[in-house]
Amino acid sequence: MDKGKAPIDYTNAVITIKGLKKSFDDQHVLRGIDLELYQGENLVVLGRSGTGKSVLIKIISGLLKADKGHVEVLGKDIDKITDKELQELRIRIGFSFQNSALYDSMTVRKNLEFPLVRNRRNITRPEIDNAVETVLDAVGLGKTINQMPAELSGGQRKRIGIARTLILNPEIMLYDEPTAGLDPITCIEINELINEVQHRYKTSSIIITHDMTCAKSTGDRIAMLLDGQFQRQGSFEEVFKTNDERVKPFFDYNFIQ
Amino acid sequence: MDTENSIILPIKRKAKPQKRITSFFISLFNINKFILRFFKEAFLPPYEFKEIIRQCYEVGVRSFTLISLTGFIVGLIFTKQSRPSLAQFGANSWLPSLVSIAIMRALAPLVTALIAAGKVGSSIGAELGSMRVTEQIDAMEVSGTKPFKFLVCTRVLATTLTIPILATYTGLIGLLGGFINVYTNEGTTYRTYMQQVFDPLTFVDFTASLIKSIVFGFTIGIVGCYQGYYSTKGTEGVGKAANGAVVTAMFLIFIEEIVIVQISSWFR
Repeated sequence: MDKGKAPIDYTNAVITIKGLKKSFDDQHVLRGIDLELYQGENLVVLGRSGTGKSVLIKIISGLLKADKGHVEVLGKDIDKITDKELQELRIRIGFSFQNSALYDSMTVRKNLEFPLVRNRRNITRPEIDNAVETVLDAVGLGKTINQMPAELSGGQRKRIGIARTLILNPEIMLYDEPTAGLDPITCIEINELINEVQHRYKTSSIIITHDMTCAKSTGDRIAMLLDGQFQRQGSFEEVFKTNDERVKPFFDYNFIQ
Repeated sequence: MDTENSIILPIKRKAKPQKRITSFFISLFNINKFILRFFKEAFLPPYEFKEIIRQCYEVGVRSFTLISLTGFIVGLIFTKQSRPSLAQFGANSWLPSLVSIAIMRALAPLVTALIAAGKVGSSIGAELGSMRVTEQIDAMEVSGTKPFKFLVCTRVLATTLTIPILATYTGLIGLLGGFINVYTNEGTTYRTYMQQVFDPLTFVDFTASLIKSIVFGFTIGIVGCYQGYYSTKGTEGVGKAANGAVVTAMFLIFIEEIVIVQISSWFR
């Protein structure tokens, strides 16, 4: 399925997860996750609410600590690296939050500049302006540069959130529910943007979603998270060619069958 | 792995007394860890000078009007209420000295700190709390920046630097309130009043007041930031963070007042 994406390098895993477990009090959320994300691949993680999809990418980005298991991101064991190494690693990972998480006291320009000026202390003003314009152009929102986040629509906020991660040229993108709460047209635009980002920035991505349209149009591989483990993995067609009662409702509901 | 962000969660409020005592000590441990982290990060580069100045401005502007009004009224009322007692002993001429000692030693730092705890502390708690629940702090974290340095260190330094300035201002405004009362009742000139005001004040008084204001400022900043930075449970948590910032800061301010007054009295 060619979506104008960069080729996937199946010999190079950028994320390797083995036996990952995570609990909150007596609630066992992740019960032994094994996963590999390859260079240039878009992996969609599907699953019901509360099954630990967001927890998974928060562990990958070092926001949460795993109880057990091995998580290796871009060759670094996330559990064994120092704070400084983690900070350096995070620059190489882009994280798009479900609610965009834009800094609401700053304009769009300041939001985009914030990670850039703090991670590249010697950067000049023209270089900052150029980087801001480039990422705004990539998400198609050049005119919003001086607006406050409160003045933007849900779709625009998502795009600016993605632009803020792109300004550091990440190698991995983690999308947490990129199309949640958006109208169908904007969803399609966001899906196209995810593919465009992968093509333009040569990123590898994990996309957490409930949205089957998003899964179908962006995912090279789908992983179905059920009962704290990946129960089915493969292409969209492979995953949903099943009579499994836990999987079928996803497809049926989203495609109104 | 960034373990500095993790705190041990205190036991729930409906728990039994012994568990609540444990919870108190857990909170004490967490806040000490938070303070140590502040000292570890605040004085190491890179520095956020622009943000510190912006926060100083915010702290000053937020409290300026209220502090001006309160300081003036405190001076005016204190002078008015003290007069009858001094008049009984025919000691009306001691009024400026009494007012200056009361205002400069105790009232100015305390009133400023209490107002700032209400205005600034709650605002810091609510602001950081809402940033936490809307994942803005997480967003800073994952973009390789240091939210603790940018959000916490700048605010704590701003309150620590600004509250002493505001306290000095409150003192002067309070003395002005006192002068207006003394002038209208006794006809004392401004020059005589000022002479009588500054005569009884010693170096220890100014130093103790300054130290007190610095400690109060630090308390307001660190408590507000702690409550906001670790707030949970959505919008309810934001409200709790704002409320907790005010109540805890005021409680600590009174304790610090007692301790510093006791210590400064040994040097007099």
